[in-house]
Amino acid sequence: MTERPFIDWEWVGGHLDLIGQRLAQHVWLTVLAVGIGLLIALPISVYVQRRRRLYPVAAGFSGTLYTIPSIAFMGLLIPFTGLSTTTALVPLISYTLLIFVRNIVTGLDGVPEDTREAALGMGYSVRQLRWRVEIPLALPAIVAGLRLATVSTIGLVTITALIGKGGVGYLLLAGFRNLLPRTTAVTIGAVLSVAMAILADVGLLRLQRALAPWTRHVRSRTIG
Amino acid sequence: MISLRGVSKRFPGARDPAVNELSLDVPEGETVVLVGPSGCGKTTTMKMINRLIEPSSGTIEVDGKDVMAQNPVDLRRRIGYVIQSIGLLPHRTVAQNIATVPNLEGWDRDRIRARVGELAETFDLDEELLPRYPAELSGGQRQRVGVARALATDPPVMLMDEPFAAVDPIVRERLQDEFLDIQGRIKKTIVFVTHDIDEAIKMADRIAILNVGGILEQFAPPEEILRKPANEFVERFVGEERGLKRLALIKVSEIEVEEGPVVSPSDPAEVARKAMRESGFGWVSVIEGGELLGWIDEETLEGAERVADANPRRFGAYVTQDDSLRQALDSIVTTRTNVAVVVSEGQRYLGILTLERISKEIVSV
Repeated sequence: MTERPFIDWEWVGGHLDLIGQRLAQHVWLTVLAVGIGLLIALPISVYVQRRRRLYPVAAGFSGTLYTIPSIAFMGLLIPFTGLSTTTALVPLISYTLLIFVRNIVTGLDGVPEDTREAALGMGYSVRQLRWRVEIPLALPAIVAGLRLATVSTIGLVTITALIGKGGVGYLLLAGFRNLLPRTTAVTIGAVLSVAMAILADVGLLRLQRALAPWTRHVRSRTIG
Repeated sequence: MISLRGVSKRFPGARDPAVNELSLDVPEGETVVLVGPSGCGKTTTMKMINRLIEPSSGTIEVDGKDVMAQNPVDLRRRIGYVIQSIGLLPHRTVAQNIATVPNLEGWDRDRIRARVGELAETFDLDEELLPRYPAELSGGQRQRVGVARALATDPPVMLMDEPFAAVDPIVRERLQDEFLDIQGRIKKTIVFVTHDIDEAIKMADRIAILNVGGILEQFAPPEEILRKPANEFVERFVGEERGLKRLALIKVSEIEVEEGPVVSPSDPAEVARKAMRESGFGWVSVIEGGELLGWIDEETLEGAERVADANPRRFGAYVTQDDSLRQALDSIVTTRTNVAVVVSEGQRYLGILTLERISKEIVSV
């Protein structure tokens, strides 16, 4: 038996399709989980930020979801949704909620009372105040939450390999089980997931700055 | 015009009303300043006019229409609003901030741009500031943007809550002067809130002095409040320097100046010495063709045959006809010659003001 190299580039070259598919699945699961999580968390956060007594309820609920171990979470869902994408997505989405709710509420809390009062005094309706003043001003915090949620979801997606999804997590799991050349698959899987996380983090940081040009200007002024 | 009739405000849970049965008229084109100690309900009163706070009882009319019968958003868009901390939208540029209400009102882009340019010019905001964010501006610039923004749609009525409070005294004074100058042209109906009686005296056509609990103690023009305070509270609130404050309201041009001792450079030195003795000042102004060159005394004149041989000293300070008697008084007590020299543009000599002359004005209070 010939000894395999640590990374079998020949194998890699022959399986680019497989790696590409898994990478695409990984990105897709992440985007879906984070996107749906944001869509759920945004209205909830805006609602509870104004009604303070409800905030502990929302934070407590999303916090409880966050404590459920991912493997157990998926296990609980299998009787209902089988080995489907839904079973993979529900825990992933749930974990983003706590991050989003906290960040969005913190961001909205950070809108100065003076700004709010001046806007109302000039004739913004409550709805206009929310969409044109409060949410734009909370954007840096919201995008910071998006970064955090995305990076953590990229890591968590690998675990969904246990129910046959997993993106590049499949490479890790199949490698461990020696279904694929072990060291090669595990290394490729690990490197790709770390690379995705770093790219997402850097990309979203840029987005954060692009969406909030006023914060950038403040910084340049304090330096200058 | 704005009219308040028996307006009261009780906040839930508070024992005493914040504003109590207040009736007040703000005539069209005038500035009424609400002034008083904290807790006197001045800001509450102002915020009831644009319904940021709703009155518990009484009626408030703006231009003859009850504010409570109007949609608050529409009402507020027709009333310019400036608050103490300015409240510029931090995520929008200076130009966008100024354009806030025109944007809400759906003006087209060209009209907005033209209006922003016009206001930037009025408020002395450099064009290069327009694309910047509020955080990049100085305090004075931010205040200007705040006031310009309130005027964007040219509303007939303005509410200003300590609009110049957040800047240092020198900038504040300049902003006040600028605003008085602008208000002189645009003639808005203004409700202005401050805790600073000097600012009130300076900015107001009429001052409403409020006491704790929203009780109106006196409502009168500044001059009358200083001359005839309605009661002890007003007298105490106006402060001990009533005479001095009243001097701030009188312009040099309103009183007659004395000619003072003057000589021309061609006069013999003896004439100058005689003028010094006769005036009792010990110095004399040197005027050439109406223009003030300075002053000379025995010392400067020593050995000179003619006034022209002596080197006149410059006066430490001048006042102009637009300055107040208070400024003239300041000039008197801070210069060595102990008079205020009144000049017009181009250093043309108009005369002098002495301490005796000004104290006559104080006594006539």
